Amino acid sequence: MKSGFSHSADSAGKSSILKTGPSILSTVLKTGSLGTGAEIAVQSLIDQGVDTMFGYPGGVILPFFDKLYDAPIRFIIPRHEQGGAHMADAYARASGKVGVIVATSGPGACNLVTGLGTAMMDSVPMVAITGQVRTELIGNDAFQEADTTGITRPVTKYNCIVKDVKDLARSIKEAFFIASTGRPGPVVVDLPVDVQVAKTEYDAGVEMRLPGYKPKVKGHHRQIEMAAEAINKSEKPVLYVGGGIISANAGEELRALAKKAHLPVTMTLLGLGSYDQNEAESLDMLGMHGTAYANYAVQECDLLIAVGARFDDRVTGKVKAFAPHAKVIHIDIDPASIAKNVRADIPVVGDAKYILSEMVKMVEHRERKDWFAKIAQWKKKYPLGYDRKSTNIKPQYVIEQICELTGGDAIITTGVGQHQMWTSQFYKFKRPRQFITSGGLGTMGYGLPAAIGAQIAMPEATVVDIDGDHSFNMTLTELRTAVQYELPIKVCIMNNGYMGMVRQWQELFYNKRYSKSYLANPDYSKVAEALGAVGVTVEKKADVPKAIKKMLAEQKPCVVDFHVEPEENVWPMVPAGKSLHEMDGLDLLESMA
Amino acid sequence: MKHIISALVENKPGVLAHVSGMFAARAFNIDSLVVGRTEDPQLSRMTIVVVGDDRVLEQVRKQLAKIVPVVKVQDFAGQSVVARDLMLITIAAPPEKRPEIVALIETFKGNVVDIGQKTIMVEISGPEEKIEAFIEMCRPYGIKNVARTGTIAMPRQEKTSAGPQEAAEE
Repeated sequence: MKSGFSHSADSAGKSSILKTGPSILSTVLKTGSLGTGAEIAVQSLIDQGVDTMFGYPGGVILPFFDKLYDAPIRFIIPRHEQGGAHMADAYARASGKVGVIVATSGPGACNLVTGLGTAMMDSVPMVAITGQVRTELIGNDAFQEADTTGITRPVTKYNCIVKDVKDLARSIKEAFFIASTGRPGPVVVDLPVDVQVAKTEYDAGVEMRLPGYKPKVKGHHRQIEMAAEAINKSEKPVLYVGGGIISANAGEELRALAKKAHLPVTMTLLGLGSYDQNEAESLDMLGMHGTAYANYAVQECDLLIAVGARFDDRVTGKVKAFAPHAKVIHIDIDPASIAKNVRADIPVVGDAKYILSEMVKMVEHRERKDWFAKIAQWKKKYPLGYDRKSTNIKPQYVIEQICELTGGDAIITTGVGQHQMWTSQFYKFKRPRQFITSGGLGTMGYGLPAAIGAQIAMPEATVVDIDGDHSFNMTLTELRTAVQYELPIKVCIMNNGYMGMVRQWQELFYNKRYSKSYLANPDYSKVAEALGAVGVTVEKKADVPKAIKKMLAEQKPCVVDFHVEPEENVWPMVPAGKSLHEMDGLDLLESMA
Repeated sequence: MKHIISALVENKPGVLAHVSGMFAARAFNIDSLVVGRTEDPQLSRMTIVVVGDDRVLEQVRKQLAKIVPVVKVQDFAGQSVVARDLMLITIAAPPEKRPEIVALIETFKGNVVDIGQKTIMVEISGPEEKIEAFIEMCRPYGIKNVARTGTIAMPRQEKTSAGPQEAAEE
């Protein structure tokens, strides 16, 4: 286990991993030649185009790791398998490729579960390879044995255990195909140690056997026509788009449709970035902490065009009162997403890129003057805001400054909670794959490992993790991973000393009884320094821009600990179970407009 | 309403766990679930009886179809099907009651498969209602044990040239 020794001995570690890309010259195993399961697994990954992997070694995955020793794959070792899984996930979200994570059996595989669940809920293509005890020991409670396929089944799109080396090449090929097609998701391939050493002939051209898996790409032509006709007839349409636009790489088609037909666009948390928020059509985010103008527009629209979004409860509020006047077009690649929560008048199953490009040809331009005038009124009356005159550091101010000083171009990751919502409100995203956040599962601690994964995928980009103090605390050990691989990631902690969103709910719904919602924080800048990163503490509002500039200029990982207003709340807010137009905090926004 | 869902699945380890796990995770109620081999050794058939309204059943069908090793899903609701349940039942049968019990079994076209000192075991198959009715009729004598297979079903063959339309799953 090389990782146990000094990192300078690790060829992939010390020399900057960003500059030395993997070479494509060496092949581990040629088709037709005899190889071990480990060789077949590594070669299968290379044949799938994998040049980057994340993972942590352990007993029963050692034959596989041995073959990685001289494989043309750059390898990132996290400090904990959960961190590695989030890195692989964010690598996939930032690059559009399949993220790959490797772990050993038992605890290694168990530690992946949160990462797999995160990727599953947000439809992220990922393949996890896990070691397993020898096949004849399975079921005997062997050392480091866990029922990996049993444990991971509900948090994966598909999983399998390979008990015969002859099935290995096919299983890995199938895993990548399933992970990356249809509605993407994580796939686990469990690999017993004896299968890793058993030998067979490698066949790169082996055929997949998936009789039950036929994702639909092309939408039904008549349904697409009906959708376009409905758009042409609509006086008050709203496009409501989610992460499906980003996984389908359909940003350009979305833009073409919104521009040609002249449609306002609102986005889910995971949809942010799919439409440039600086454009006039953008209504920004909708839902529980969405903008008032997005929520009002949805509640008043006569046509809701949902694309790659799944009517999550954080989006709809009270489902029965959601978009009450709207005819609903629902475009999604997953048939099970359609009509799950909200009835669809015109369902279209297929790939968003294909369907939108077809629709662009069929829609007509309409001014919809009254509708856009009404939206403009809402935008004017209830813009997002906060007390800009406050002498304290408002977290919203910090995020606005980060947006301004990065030119709105940085890749942003977050943890989960208030800081995540403020980021979604106050950073204006321009392009797909720019915002990387755990939406569905809401995984605290996602931000830092996600920043590492994103930086590995996009070496030239500025990557900023806007984090909460307690979210950051959950996985901060991964800061050392960023130091080891010389990744210039930035971490901005919105440090309010609380689990802010928990505290906000306790303030609003539990009579200000702040039950167990705060921890004693360490000095995060000292923690950063101890781990080999740069640490900065900001306690005065006037120092905020200066600190951000210093952070952006740093070549080392840099943590800036902003001591923000402790009891700031996220507004507006649709309380759980209320309708979308029943927002709290509007008077506050109006007064600050 | 009760629906009989028939799913053709790959004959692989873990498929049953995947299907039953999905039902549990999504809070769908299973009345019965039967798995058996088919004429093709690579495929098994699961027959699942589910209770729910149309919305729930639509989700059941779609979530089943979404499972990778599930090859085909059919809901027999609204179709003419032959549905059968098989039961083994042991009834208390002291000698003086046996003639009337045997008459009852004959009426229901059951078979006596085992006789003991005080009990008899009966094999009986048919639509679920018939099985339920037989159980009710046996109750006064005393039921010792019941084992049932759960429902299996198959659509009836076309009787006219216009065949039953298969619901197109969009």
